[in-house]
Amino acid sequence: MTSADILLLALGAVAIGAAFRVVRTSHLVRAGLWLVVTLGAVAGVYLVLAAELVAWVQVLLYVGAVVVLLLFAVMLTRAPIGASADLDRPGWAGALVGGGAALGLGALFVDGYRWQKVGLPAPGTAEALGAQLFQHWVLPFEVLSVLLLAALVGAIVVSRPET
Amino acid sequence: MIAVIVRVLGVVAAFLTLPLIVGQTEHKVMAHMQARLGPMYAGAFHGWAQLIADGVKFVQKEDVTPRAADRPVFRVAPLVALLPYLVALLFIPLGPRDTLVGQPLDVGLFVVLAVVGVGVVAVLMAAWSSANKYSLLGGLRAAAQLLGYELPFVLAAASVAMAAGTLSLSGIVNAWRPWWLLWQLPALVVFFVAGLAEIRRPPFDMPVADSELVFGYLTEYTGLRFAFFLLAEYVGIVVIAALTTVLFLGGWKGPFDAQLGWLWTLLKVFAVSFVIIWLRVAYPRLREDQLQRLCWLVLVPVALAQLVLTAAVRVA
Repeated sequence: MTSADILLLALGAVAIGAAFRVVRTSHLVRAGLWLVVTLGAVAGVYLVLAAELVAWVQVLLYVGAVVVLLLFAVMLTRAPIGASADLDRPGWAGALVGGGAALGLGALFVDGYRWQKVGLPAPGTAEALGAQLFQHWVLPFEVLSVLLLAALVGAIVVSRPET
Repeated sequence: MIAVIVRVLGVVAAFLTLPLIVGQTEHKVMAHMQARLGPMYAGAFHGWAQLIADGVKFVQKEDVTPRAADRPVFRVAPLVALLPYLVALLFIPLGPRDTLVGQPLDVGLFVVLAVVGVGVVAVLMAAWSSANKYSLLGGLRAAAQLLGYELPFVLAAASVAMAAGTLSLSGIVNAWRPWWLLWQLPALVVFFVAGLAEIRRPPFDMPVADSELVFGYLTEYTGLRFAFFLLAEYVGIVVIAALTTVLFLGGWKGPFDAQLGWLWTLLKVFAVSFVIIWLRVAYPRLREDQLQRLCWLVLVPVALAQLVLTAAVRVA
């Protein structure tokens, strides 16, 4: 067990614990803040696995923008301080789906790799990632960008007031 | 291992002294620009110890948490505000040799931009957990402002990264040439203005506009926690000035930069900080709609045009 392994386990535990708080807490805004912790811990996992760029993209986009947008929207509409009693939905259905998916995926992974050792790939530096993206994967990349552009234009059209 | 510890200690020392120097400069520069003297008594010589006295005062004050506030969130928010800037300082290169960088990194620019962006979370935490309408309004203004200005901020930085062909901060300084001052001028202006808005300095201090919102998301804070937010603001000035220096003003480049590189960096950082202070005295606060208009109708198009220009020059 190397120190990287221990770090990975610790970060994973933080991510899962915080994710559990996200779905369990009845404080609306606190759920969003726990989400920040989860996403930050996942970024830490990427860092330990030497995927530098992906880790920092995760921080820039998810922590710095997506969650902030989410909190912003919640605060604009309804953000009571303290527990919201009316949030108490039966959790067993969610627990079933979430736990089932996690167990299934876990079983799949364990079955796929058993005890074989997989070395870390080359570090995911910006240069390596850029070369891959613009040489090998350029078509999917461009298709994705067209999709995003279409979504953007669509959002503008939908939100425009009718004149 | 020891080298890493020494570096971290160095960054912590810089973190503790630079904001104080900038703060004291702000007191004195603002005062003289307004035909006042500013602090004169603390420390006997031109009030040099004023900020230390302020710090002692803040420590003595009562640490009040409003009864209706969300306690844990309210108490953690100042630390969350301060931490991103401390991390950002770790990656800013001071001199040409690697020993003078807190931590050299292949994607340094990206790290700094990502980490600075996290500061918004602290503002939202402080705003919401205060259980105060003025705080919440200030926080929402801040979030709208930061989300908007993040775009030209990152685009302008991307332009330099494209020009230099690297995301490493030291690499960008190495690739920098004096004529970039001209070629990257639009990006420099956009980056600087967006940076000012990112740290919510006047004239972009709508979120804490005292004539409308008391003190925005800082309204309920007292004592040491309030001081942390103030410290975050001044470290923010240092970080934005240092980033502007490293990306656009050639960092340590200057005469005898093999030996005096760190001095050039520091001088440039202080020069940019001086401009930031000057702007506070020179310009009135932007109204909320003017603020958003400036971002979306001026800065973003200029940044995009600069990106096209950079790409054209690089390819040609």
